[in-house]
Formats: sequence, structure tokens, C-alpha cells
Amino acid sequence: MDEKQKIEFAQKPKNFTEPWDVAVIGSGPASLTAAIYTTRGAASTLILGGEKWGGQLMLTTEVDNYPGFHEGIEGPDLMQKMRKQSERFGAEFIEKNVEAVDFSKEYFELTVGETKYLAKSVIIATGAETKWLGVPGEDRLRGRGVSSCAPCDAPFFKDKDTAVIGGGDSAMEEALVLTKYSNSITIVHRREEFRASAAMQKKVKDNKKIKVIWDTQVKEFVGEQKLEKILLENTKTGEKSELVVDGVFVAVGHTPSTAIFKGKVELDEKGYIVVNDHTKTSTDGVFVAGDVHDYHYRQAITAAGFGCMAGMEALKYLDEKQGNKKQETTLDK
Amino acid sequence: MLCVLTGRGFAGYSENRMATMEITDAVFDEKVLKSTIPVLVDFWAPWCGPCRMAGPVLDELAEEYEGKIQIVKLNIDENQKSAADYDVMSIPTTVLIKDGNEIGRQIGFAGKKVFEDLIKKGI
Repeated sequence: MDEKQKIEFAQKPKNFTEPWDVAVIGSGPASLTAAIYTTRGAASTLILGGEKWGGQLMLTTEVDNYPGFHEGIEGPDLMQKMRKQSERFGAEFIEKNVEAVDFSKEYFELTVGETKYLAKSVIIATGAETKWLGVPGEDRLRGRGVSSCAPCDAPFFKDKDTAVIGGGDSAMEEALVLTKYSNSITIVHRREEFRASAAMQKKVKDNKKIKVIWDTQVKEFVGEQKLEKILLENTKTGEKSELVVDGVFVAVGHTPSTAIFKGKVELDEKGYIVVNDHTKTSTDGVFVAGDVHDYHYRQAITAAGFGCMAGMEALKYLDEKQGNKKQETTLDK
Repeated sequence: MLCVLTGRGFAGYSENRMATMEITDAVFDEKVLKSTIPVLVDFWAPWCGPCRMAGPVLDELAEEYEGKIQIVKLNIDENQKSAADYDVMSIPTTVLIKDGNEIGRQIGFAGKKVFEDLIKKGI
């Protein structure tokens, strides 16, 4: 395959005692877009992408709402392209998890195993992860009929009966993916209407394989070796019932990945990073982008947009800091 | 050592020399069940994002543990029998097999260390 030539604008640190200009934590659209902007802005950029890199799009099939791909693109392919684009301009991508951060020092410290990386600025773009229901049987039967990734696991439920839990766009997508394989799909939703987009709701309603059980929540996953059925309860009447299914796909939303930032930057009561002035956290020099702060839009394209903004602000911050340093040196003389 | 290019989707990984082996249902018995060393079977498919994350990590481990363990990849689109025999209902699923018997299993991709811990059960 023809590869565009690599162009690097910044000198990378020569050893672990030298800081990177920018360290980006995460590797979804927000992170990789930020890195494209910071590398092209001549800032040395380290992406601490995590072992499970690529973010939520790695768990999808076709993405039809990302501009520029008029025939749609597979989520994992889109992420691979973004990664290559950031690396083309010199971003260093490390497939490891950050275990701890210290934002109290002049150079921010990011701990990865035995290694401490130093950075003059940080962009937090750790995104969000699948929320589970937390009811009995769920954890034990994961991978044995309980899943959160229909694009990964739907083919194992060919000609079988499945259910999807949730009412947002991701629940609709899971159900639609399943229609290609499953005999029947039942969406179980705890409210009386979906919050999914009109386009997704229409696709679901038009599909004869999908039926919906409203106002109902899952109380338990039942099965010995494999999932056999789920126990349900009506949220209004309290009436109990059961649904015999071979597979259940949980799509009830996401929780922000902010465990390592507790006490380091301000978080809201749900754990999202509190954002000021579009991209700033409560710590000077630490920026934020994407689903880790945005619980409203939560799209690949908005995450990329936020990443761009954070990247530009980080560059501005580095410039200003550099300016101040020069001024100080002059004054010292 | 048999080296096979897996042709797993992404350009950039496929040129690596790999100690992993792509197998099929037809040779499962010979390559896995009758193997003299433990075998880690990676049930995967090209359209699965987490499988793509796991692939290069398994390639690395195959080199690091070469001779002690054989890592094989089985495309579940083309090899449904083995996947069904092992009740695979989610991918990636990796199953560790020693002397023909399953001695460990990892469902999903949870990073290199988790694979390494699984491998260590067999050696």
C-alpha cells in the first residue's frame, strides 16, 4: 500500500527526563484529532492510547454519519486511519494504560508501569466505557450469552432469539445489527419511549424482526453454562415476567473513564470532567476533549471537534508559557 | 517454524514475521489437540474491532514464548465447527489447550498481561 511520507515538525524528547510538549491520554477520535493538530503545530506529542485502543468506534460496524465517507466506513477502519494520520505527523503512540497522574509538578507526570512520562501539557481524552446493568448473573454470563458488542458477537446468534437492553442510538444499532442474524430481537426498555434519533427509531420500527417491551427492566440473567433467560419487571406495575433468549446485548449507556483523575481535576457528580471555556479543566495546562466531558452530543464527529479545540488550546498554552519564560530570562539579566 | 501471514486487515502489521499460525477446522485435531506443546487458540474475525487490537499483541507473545507455546488463529467466519465445539459466543475468545484439554479461557481483549497470565497456566 502506498504510504504518504511522514513529516515531523517537532523534536521528540531524547530520554525520560525530558518532557513532551503534549501528552494525550486516550485514543478515540478526540485524542487522535488533538494529536493531529498538536503535531502539525510543531509540538512533540505522546499518545498514551491504552491497551484497548481506538475507543468506542472499535466496537461498531458501519459508521454512516462521519463526514467524508459517503458510503460509510467500518468503525475500526476509521480509527486505524485516524491513528495513522496522527503518526504521520510524528505522534508517538503507546498502547499502554496510564495508571496514575500527578498534575502538581511543573512537568506533569504520567505513570505507565515502571515508566514516568513527563509533559508540559496534557489533553485528557479517555472517553467513556460501556455501562453494565449490575444485576445478578450478568458478570458471570458475559461472553456466554451476555454481550455489549453486537457487531462482535451477533453472528453467534444466527437463527436464535436475542434481546437488546436500552433505548438510545447504540441500543438501536445493536438491534439492527442483530436482524442480520437472529430469528427475533426484543428490545427491553425501562421507559415508555426511546431517546434514540428519529432516523434510528424509524429503522427499528420498520423492521419486522424487532419487537419492543416498554417500561420494563432486567432483574436477573439466568443460566448455568450459557444464558437461558432473563427475569423482567415492569417499572410501572411491578409485574414480573421472563423472556427466554439465547443472547442479550446491553446498551444502556456509558460511564466516563475518569478513575485516575479523581482528586486531580474537578469532576461532576457523575464522574465527568468539569470543563471551563470549552476545553479547560480545573488545572492550568490540562485540557479535556470528547466523551469524558461531553455527555450531551457523544458523537465521533463532535469528539473529533473537541479534540481539535483542545489541541489548539494546548498549542496556545505552550506558546504563552514559552513567551513568559523568555520574559523571565530577560528580566533576570 | 511455520510462518503464515494472517492478512488481518491493517496494513502495517502484516509485514511482521509472525510466530502465530493461521489454522482451519480441518487441521484443528492435528495442530491443536495433538500438539506436543500447549496451544492458545484465538477465535477471531476480521470485522471485530477488539480482535484487531488483540491480534498484534498475540503476535508479540507468540515470539516471546516461541517453543513454549504455540499460538494459532482461527477465523470463525470460515471455521464455524471449532467455534461451536468450544461454545464460543463472543470474540475474541482465546482458549488454552494442553494435551487436548481446555485448561483456560479468556473472553474479550483485556490487554497483554491478561493473555500472559493465561499462557503461564500452560507452561
